[in-house]
Amino acid sequence: MITLSHYLVLGAILFSVSIAGIFLNRKNIIIILMSIELMLLAVNMNFIAFSHYLGDLSGQIFVFFILTVAAAEAAIGLAILVVLFRNLKTINVDDVGGLRG
Amino acid sequence: MTFESFSFYLFSTILVGSALSVIFSRNPVHAALSLVLAFFTAAAIWLMLEAEFLAISLILVYVGAVMVLFLFVVMMLDININRMREGYWNYLLPAIVVSGIFLAELIVLISGRMVFEKPLEISAQITNEGNTLQLGRLLYTEYLYAFELAAVILLVAIVAAIALTLRRRKDMKVVSSSDQSSANRASRLKIVSMPVENGREREES
Repeated sequence: MITLSHYLVLGAILFSVSIAGIFLNRKNIIIILMSIELMLLAVNMNFIAFSHYLGDLSGQIFVFFILTVAAAEAAIGLAILVVLFRNLKTINVDDVGGLRG
Repeated sequence: MTFESFSFYLFSTILVGSALSVIFSRNPVHAALSLVLAFFTAAAIWLMLEAEFLAISLILVYVGAVMVLFLFVVMMLDININRMREGYWNYLLPAIVVSGIFLAELIVLISGRMVFEKPLEISAQITNEGNTLQLGRLLYTEYLYAFELAAVILLVAIVAAIALTLRRRKDMKVVSSSDQSSANRASRLKIVSMPVENGREREES
């Protein structure tokens, strides 16, 4: 029998996998962006499971807005990435130290 | 094992496997394609949760637009994978510790509640209306202001992405169309009066 906690555990596993992905691929900005997309997917999974469980469609509306914002974020992030590569000829995080941060 | 639990376990296995493939694959193109598979299976799980509109829009928006953008950028950039992979496994232990503790905490929180153990078989609202109709009704009445804001956010994203990546080449030759259309006779043709030269003298000298 599939209960709500199954979906919540699936979302938690997905989120922790993407946390590990950010740790491991800390030099590759593209994979970091993909891990962020996975995190948003995990959060959306929880929202939809709760929305179904509580019988309230507001959770799905929330997911809709998260999808919108995630699409905007991906577009701007990739645009920044392209400009970065054009100027530095690299997207390695180690080489992006121009601000001495 | 019912069909529902069978399909849930099948889809979640594929989903977690493709998520692991995203973070462990060597080639960014393979990672992007694994992410596409992850989005597809997530859409299937959302269909099981009766969120049809969002499942379809996940495929259309993410697989159709965002992941194609990712693949386009990955293929366009000439990146040195070997340099990026050096020291890849150095942070394996912190990654496992942090994500393991996070997962354990969440599982303790989730499994401690008996209220989450209620089966999800029947939807709370049994109506003949589709999910899309209900969502649309809610979106255009109660959440109209947020919906307009989302549209503005998308517009800002379009403008920002174009403004960031637009570049003007210095050696580019362009014809200004406004200059062209506002040209008149005086700006193009100038008649100067010169003294008449004797052509014969020049030939001889």
